[in-house]
Amino acid sequence: MAAAVSAKKQGAGQVLVIERDSSLGGILQQCIHPGFGLSYYDEELTGPEYAGRFIRQAQELGVKALLNSMVLEVLPDGTVICTNGEYGITTVRAKSVVLAMGCRERTRGNIQIPGTRPAGIYTAGAAQRLINRQNEMVGRRVVILGSGDIGMIMARRMTLEGAQVVAVVEIMDFLAGLTRNRVQCLDDFGIPLLLSHTVTRVTGNRRVEGVYVARVDENKKPIPETEEFYPCDTLLLSVGLIPENELSRTAHVEMSPITGGPVVNQSMQTSMPCLFACGNVVHVNDLVDNVSWESEVAGREAARYAMGQLPQSGGTVTCEPGDNVRYICPQHIALTEEEGEVDLYFRVRLPDEKVRIRLLCNGKELGKKSAVKVNPGEMEHIKVSMSDLSAGKLEVHVAKGV
Amino acid sequence: MTEKHITCIVCPIGCQIIVRGEDDTVLSLEGNQCIRGEDYAKNEFIHPVRILTTTVRVEGADTPLIPVRSDQPVPQEKLMECMDLIKEVSVTKPVLRYQVIVPDILGTGANIVATGEAL
Amino acid sequence: MLQTDVLVIGAGAVGCAIARELTKYRLKVLVVDKNEDVGGEASKSNSAIIHTGYDAPPGTLESQLVVAANPMYELLTKQLDVPYQKVGAILPAFTDEQFEKLPALKAKAFQNRVYDVEYLTGEQLLAMEPNLNPEVKAGLYIPRENIIDPFLLVVAYAENAQQNGAHFLLNTQVTGIRVENGRVVGAQTTAGEVQATYIVNAAGLYCDDVAAMVGKNDYTVNPRKGQFYILDKNTTCKVNHIVLPIPTKVTKGKLMCPTIHGNMLVGPTAEELEDKQDYSTTSEGLASIETDVRRLIPNVNLKDSITQYCGLRPNRNPEGLHVDTYDDVKNYVNLSGVRSTGLTASASLGKYVAQRLIEIGMPVNFNPDFDPIRKGIPRFHEMTYEEQDALIRENPLYGKVICRCETITEGEIVEAIHRPIPARSVDAIKRRLRAGMGRCQGGFCGPRVIEILGRELGVSTEEIRKNQTGSHMITGKVRGERVIANV
Repeated sequence: MAAAVSAKKQGAGQVLVIERDSSLGGILQQCIHPGFGLSYYDEELTGPEYAGRFIRQAQELGVKALLNSMVLEVLPDGTVICTNGEYGITTVRAKSVVLAMGCRERTRGNIQIPGTRPAGIYTAGAAQRLINRQNEMVGRRVVILGSGDIGMIMARRMTLEGAQVVAVVEIMDFLAGLTRNRVQCLDDFGIPLLLSHTVTRVTGNRRVEGVYVARVDENKKPIPETEEFYPCDTLLLSVGLIPENELSRTAHVEMSPITGGPVVNQSMQTSMPCLFACGNVVHVNDLVDNVSWESEVAGREAARYAMGQLPQSGGTVTCEPGDNVRYICPQHIALTEEEGEVDLYFRVRLPDEKVRIRLLCNGKELGKKSAVKVNPGEMEHIKVSMSDLSAGKLEVHVAKGV
Repeated sequence: MTEKHITCIVCPIGCQIIVRGEDDTVLSLEGNQCIRGEDYAKNEFIHPVRILTTTVRVEGADTPLIPVRSDQPVPQEKLMECMDLIKEVSVTKPVLRYQVIVPDILGTGANIVATGEAL
Repeated sequence: MLQTDVLVIGAGAVGCAIARELTKYRLKVLVVDKNEDVGGEASKSNSAIIHTGYDAPPGTLESQLVVAANPMYELLTKQLDVPYQKVGAILPAFTDEQFEKLPALKAKAFQNRVYDVEYLTGEQLLAMEPNLNPEVKAGLYIPRENIIDPFLLVVAYAENAQQNGAHFLLNTQVTGIRVENGRVVGAQTTAGEVQATYIVNAAGLYCDDVAAMVGKNDYTVNPRKGQFYILDKNTTCKVNHIVLPIPTKVTKGKLMCPTIHGNMLVGPTAEELEDKQDYSTTSEGLASIETDVRRLIPNVNLKDSITQYCGLRPNRNPEGLHVDTYDDVKNYVNLSGVRSTGLTASASLGKYVAQRLIEIGMPVNFNPDFDPIRKGIPRFHEMTYEEQDALIRENPLYGKVICRCETITEGEIVEAIHRPIPARSVDAIKRRLRAGMGRCQGGFCGPRVIEILGRELGVSTEEIRKNQTGSHMITGKVRGERVIANV
């Protein structure tokens, strides 16, 4: 929605949003909890409120929407083929396309938890949809694997609806999500957080009857003597999000093996010039506010491209992760005569404290800032001026120091 | 005299603050690194409040539920009681965003308002 | 009281194939199964391979049945509208010891009358399978080892049988068989008494329990567990053929092969168990698959696994596929030892058992209306855009994609729920349509499938099961009734 609004504001004549659900808003419709918009709107909003603002703006600006429509294929030339009960197989020809398909959730099968395959195992997002949108309660006594934000949010949600959340189990020795959620979702309700633990086995032939939980060693391997049985009827999984790039693949867009999303430049443009991407489909974000800013760029630049206004590139700067940096988005910057700033988003590999973040271009330090705490679960941000850049390599390093 | 261990949530550092006091009076407070943390911890000690978000049954619409929130934080100890009340409520469409569903819930001064729409 | 000419106990691949065959005669056929859906136990958790019989024990009934069945599938899968693909198998030898076993394996194939087994050189094998362990010296090529959709095979047998007049009673367990004057006359079931002139025991994993009801359990059946990995369709290290290990004395070994829908299958283990209900995967079992398969395909990427599952082979003690009739218990046919080649043998076993029934006196009156053709549910994801568009114009529900990973539409799901052998559970939908078998494993479609099942079956969603009784997906409404934390 942010991309659509931004494209319209940039002057695009026709902007169409294709959405598979029956209403606009995406995943935010089921995120009924607060925590959205603290930066973007300077207010604390719930998911539906945040989405609602963009939906209203989009409608006021004349953005069109095709609902209940699943895109089957995106071609490198901007042709989109989708299916819809009313119109059948529909081909949409666009001058530019913005890919904003979001993520899917990592599954029990992906992390290979042994045991039986009973009813009662849900990913946190699927449970959230059932509970918040379909009015279906998924279980009464719950173990949650993964201390990411969605897992903790669901711990609170299910407790408020009368379920008993027995424990949140986290394989790392640090909290995956925000501390604020640990306080307001777990501590508030007396739900134990078991760090350095994992679920080793599921039992129950028909419905979950319980799970075994064990402590893990420094290599994240379960220590068998520490295995304990937790009776429960539900296992909720919050073990990671994976950018959903099926359509990017149909378009043969270059992908990054680290983010799982398309390789993009500062315009959020992929390797196919008329295809842009933004949001969780590019890299998993923590805050929707960052997604909205990034998407504004994608929408604006996609509109400029469609109107033939994107400048030619005179060289490339690749953004290379340095010390303790896992990845940087965008993966490269196209040098043009345009000035202005580029927002670089990155994640660290390991948590650290009292660090200095340094920005280097072809070996020359362009800037630095310090951070009291960094951790992989909170995306970091640093700006760079286009005028400071020259073709070659841009690096971000995070190391101890002040 | 009560002692509470409070994790500050104002910034990512998450200072562990120990507050000692009696009823509404704070006698000592330590562990914070800034004044915002001090204010947060004081409020958490004297009167912890939380935004309540949940859903309410809606009749006659395409969807069975409408998401709602308290438009102000409510006392933490009243959360489950608020939930019991909200579970008994149902509204009929149309419902507009920010329409008051339960005014002044349990006398807290907070209204339960719709955050979604059912038209 | 129900009355039938032939009672078939067990609605797995074999039981349903027998039922279909029997509807070619003017007979009342009733199939019962304790499970809530057709597909039995082993028939829904195997490696989905249609074997040639090249490695069966020569001179046995099993060998005859499997060798005879293999060529039947070309026509059968067309008649029944079941996905079937010819891929072939290779048996590579990496060590001198394995290399020296090849001639005996080829000779055994010839003894089994599987003559189109050939030697191939290491280079030829590597050309066919670039991801094969480059240390391959030579191997065998077995061109007619093929792959099938095992779930649709069983559903198709059952639907075609039903279409031709057979009846199916699911969620119905046989608890006893009545024998009078040395002849079976009927059975007690959890749905009441059934009067039957002939009874066929096709109960697979539980066939010894059924045999005990007529005092013919001179064998036992124990489950031999096989654990499997399924890999994502996009996994980088794939194989084009069924890649088989050289069998040792102990086990046929762990293989890697494509599935009919484009995933990779890796496994199975072979673990002797006692508990016929132990369908759990284990970390030890899964780890053993990795160790063994890396000898064949060194770069297999098990981190690309989207799910793991296990099947329980009905292992007969003493071993051997038997189809027995008795002089002192007349009109009763006992199948036992139908194990690893059971899925394949179903095509010929159906006819063989019908023939045995005729030999023990079943009347032969042809059913002129028998129609061998069964049309399946349209497979949207296999169609061209033009075909899809036409389908949507006929029925708009085909325009609503529910399973994003596999592109399965609401039209197909609704159809499956209303077919004569209806899908009434999440897993029944999954087996017939693949909704939930993709990389998100039901994360996206699951909530929507539950909703559609509730709507189409006209039941509250708390009654929607994953599979059997007790496997409820939902514990209650969030709003609309009092939800009590009942822990």
